[in-house]
Amino acid sequence: MLKQVETSRAVAETVALCRPEVVCAYPITPQTHIVEGLAEIVKAGKLKNCEFINVESEFAALSVAVGASAAGARAYTATASQGLLFMAEVVYNASGLGLPIVMTIGNRAIGAPINIWNDHSDSMSMRDSGWIQLHAETAQEAADLHILAFRIAEQTSSPVMVCVDGFVLTHSYEPVDIPTQTDVDAFLPPFEPQQMLDPSEPITIGAMVGPEAFMEVRYLQHDKLIRALEVIADLSGSFEEQFGRECGSLVRQYHASGAETVIVTLGSVSGTVKDVIDELRDKGASIGLLNICCYRPFPFSAVQRVLSSARRVLVLEKSLAPAIGGPVSSDVRLALAGARTPISTVVAGLGGRPITKASLRDLLAREEVEELTFLDLDRQAIEAHLKRQNHRPCTSFVSAAVREEMNPCPHSL
Amino acid sequence: MPAQFVKFYQTGTFTAGNRLLTIEDRSVQSNPTRSNALTSGHRACRGCGEALGARYALDAAMKAAGGKLIVSNATGCLEVFSTPFPETSWRIAWMHSLFGNSAAIATGIAAAYKAKGRPDIRVVAQGGDGGTTDIGLGCLSGMFERNDDVLYICYDNEAYMNTGVQRSSATPPAARTATTPAIGEHPGHEFGHGKSVPLIAMAHRIPYVATASVAELRDLEFKVEKAIAIHGARYIHIHVPCPLGWGSEPADTIRVARLAVETGLFPLFEAEFGTVTERMRIRRATPVAEYLKLQRRFAHLFAANADPGSIAAIQKIADRNIQDFGLSA
Amino acid sequence: MAREVLALESRRLEMFEVRIHGRGGQGVVTAAEMLSVAAFLQGRYSQAFPTFGSERMGAPVTAFCRISDKPIRSREPVAEPSALIIQDSTLLHHVPVFAGLPAHGYVLINTAKSLSELGLEDLLTKVPPERCRTVPATQLALERVGRPLPNAALLGAFAAITREVAIEFVDRAIKERFPGRTGESNAAAALAAYEILLQKESTHAQAS
Repeated sequence: MLKQVETSRAVAETVALCRPEVVCAYPITPQTHIVEGLAEIVKAGKLKNCEFINVESEFAALSVAVGASAAGARAYTATASQGLLFMAEVVYNASGLGLPIVMTIGNRAIGAPINIWNDHSDSMSMRDSGWIQLHAETAQEAADLHILAFRIAEQTSSPVMVCVDGFVLTHSYEPVDIPTQTDVDAFLPPFEPQQMLDPSEPITIGAMVGPEAFMEVRYLQHDKLIRALEVIADLSGSFEEQFGRECGSLVRQYHASGAETVIVTLGSVSGTVKDVIDELRDKGASIGLLNICCYRPFPFSAVQRVLSSARRVLVLEKSLAPAIGGPVSSDVRLALAGARTPISTVVAGLGGRPITKASLRDLLAREEVEELTFLDLDRQAIEAHLKRQNHRPCTSFVSAAVREEMNPCPHSL
Repeated sequence: MPAQFVKFYQTGTFTAGNRLLTIEDRSVQSNPTRSNALTSGHRACRGCGEALGARYALDAAMKAAGGKLIVSNATGCLEVFSTPFPETSWRIAWMHSLFGNSAAIATGIAAAYKAKGRPDIRVVAQGGDGGTTDIGLGCLSGMFERNDDVLYICYDNEAYMNTGVQRSSATPPAARTATTPAIGEHPGHEFGHGKSVPLIAMAHRIPYVATASVAELRDLEFKVEKAIAIHGARYIHIHVPCPLGWGSEPADTIRVARLAVETGLFPLFEAEFGTVTERMRIRRATPVAEYLKLQRRFAHLFAANADPGSIAAIQKIADRNIQDFGLSA
Repeated sequence: MAREVLALESRRLEMFEVRIHGRGGQGVVTAAEMLSVAAFLQGRYSQAFPTFGSERMGAPVTAFCRISDKPIRSREPVAEPSALIIQDSTLLHHVPVFAGLPAHGYVLINTAKSLSELGLEDLLTKVPPERCRTVPATQLALERVGRPLPNAALLGAFAAITREVAIEFVDRAIKERFPGRTGESNAAAALAAYEILLQKESTHAQAS
């Protein structure tokens, strides 16, 4: 049913339609509304045969999901930011054990300095954990991806993170079409684990693997994720057949074919980018968009196909690898290895800094964009700070000192 | 204690089931059709108290659960020596995830089977003292607090043995470990450190808490069977000597464990909903020195230049246990 | 006549963007959400989102709502609001609430005072007087709801001056969000504010 709803609520209702059997949660902004919604749905008896467990930490949240999944239950949890870091050990454990857990990430910066707003640093920190990572572009997709994620997870025996931009998407009220139980049931059959903890057929899960076999175990994980690309693409197609709308797929493009400049994004910022592209195309500019939905496994061929004809590529990064640039650009550069297309890393929107149409227009108006640039960086503040540092060794907290220098942006906070 | 103690006359111990008894009165371990949860061929050291404790505990749990048992195991000796891929010594449904999350894994397993409408499937989480009293305490407390339907068993050998005998929060004072060497003015581990997880468990007012020892295996079996029959969060803390870490003779494991009980250093008791209900009384407390001198980790206490105050301070701990838990016969 | 012109003008905006200023606990975010629901019920596209601070009572809070007849894709904060709703007049001189206000923007302030009493005469040099309105929303809420929550009344007033949403959908959105008595009384406050501003508007129209 189409309704005007907070994205988090839509995610909660959609996850409930997937009939999870164990939901565990530890609250962290901006994931809270999702698990609050699920708590209510379970407590009200609207979701049968589901245990909702309030745990004492994110480490426990994902551990409970791991135990439940190993025991053959469809398990779900959600987290963000510090919470994802706190469960990092279990993140690798879940993928190593091949447990098809689905976890929503309400993407948020990681500290210090503490910051509750949106960027992609959290899920990026787990990009090589062996999880599948899907980024939602819209509120509708944030909800829909969960149905697809359970199906992908269970078909590939890989856990899936559904990355939803914190606040920007999680707290946005928008029209979302919540599918019917019948449609979800038709698309997502009950979970049939490949192996599980069952006293009638006892197995050992989680044995210690030594140097003689560890490489092979890891290789098989690598191989499984590469093969998952095809499954993700296929199931995205099946989703469209079942629900009559697009969801997932490896990458999406908007006027990218034949465009001279292609902007590469992950997640919800592509909406703003599309508006700017329309404006500039009306004025004759040759600009398009490549939105990567499936960030892990990275769809090298799909990215390469879309970008092969571009004259320049701008990768809009909501995360920063200090002293390197951005993780997405590194992957895009690898996808375009051999081509001489200039690729620029545009770090933007860190810690919830709004990515505005005005800034995007300025960026796209530039003849040349450096290999690494930062959108809307207050250079005066940085220069003042660096200058001061040259005069006397810095003993203060760098980020706090920078913030003091910033001109307060009136409506950004 | 409610368990019937059966003296095994040939050896003078209580450890084995007396075959003159009726089948119901025999120990689980004396039954040739027992589950043999942790079977032979594993790679534990000679005289390993933990392997002994785990075998007795899980066979008793399997019996009490009618074979419908799943076990979650923390990282540690027990996990490493039992499951070197591609081998396993576990003849039960068993899972290892991480060091600090054994209790939470068990919570998840229990929740899964609850959601599937299978309350007959019982769940045990287990770990060593490191995985229980230190890194796993958060998950353990969460499991207790929610009264999850899990029996947690801690095999306490009083240090991080798997990594090479480093100090844990269960290491006794004055004990030499790799990170509390027997050097300096106060050799060995500090006095005044550590915690009692059984008491912490009791503070959660969970249905059942017990301590047990590999010296009293009938009692251990009894407590495990009793715990399995109860629903909700349960905790059993088992004292398991480690010949390697303690510097005791492998043949002395039971003897050392018994002395820990008889000195009062490791009180055996049961508690229900936070109140001690039963304790194993000590007729004549053995001086702690008898226990300490069997272990090279305490050898510095008996050196010529040793501070006599140290043994006296350990004696005080035993005396206080005897008083606090009402262990005097 | 003037009303029709205004209505036409605002309809010409492809995207109507609202920025609501208030303080934590005054229902600022809820106001934006209810407004988006009202527009949705009316068959339009809408998007509401807050500027997400930590949850503290009394702290300045801003929320946004976009309304359009086409799907809304942009997610940037509203920098140039088509309409401003100021739920708490004590913010006027602390927070740059008027930032980005275009020449034909609407301003709706919750106050029982006049603009000059608030020290805002200058504002009238920036926006047309018929678009710069005050409404005693807190007072209306106290009378009808019994609590100083001005958000519903302000939405009624918003419907009256902008015509972006019809009052019946504001009414439904409020009642959907707060079923039962709370919804009824808040909807009554919204209707009261709507009628007050409609009356004032016809006075304006007659005067011009």
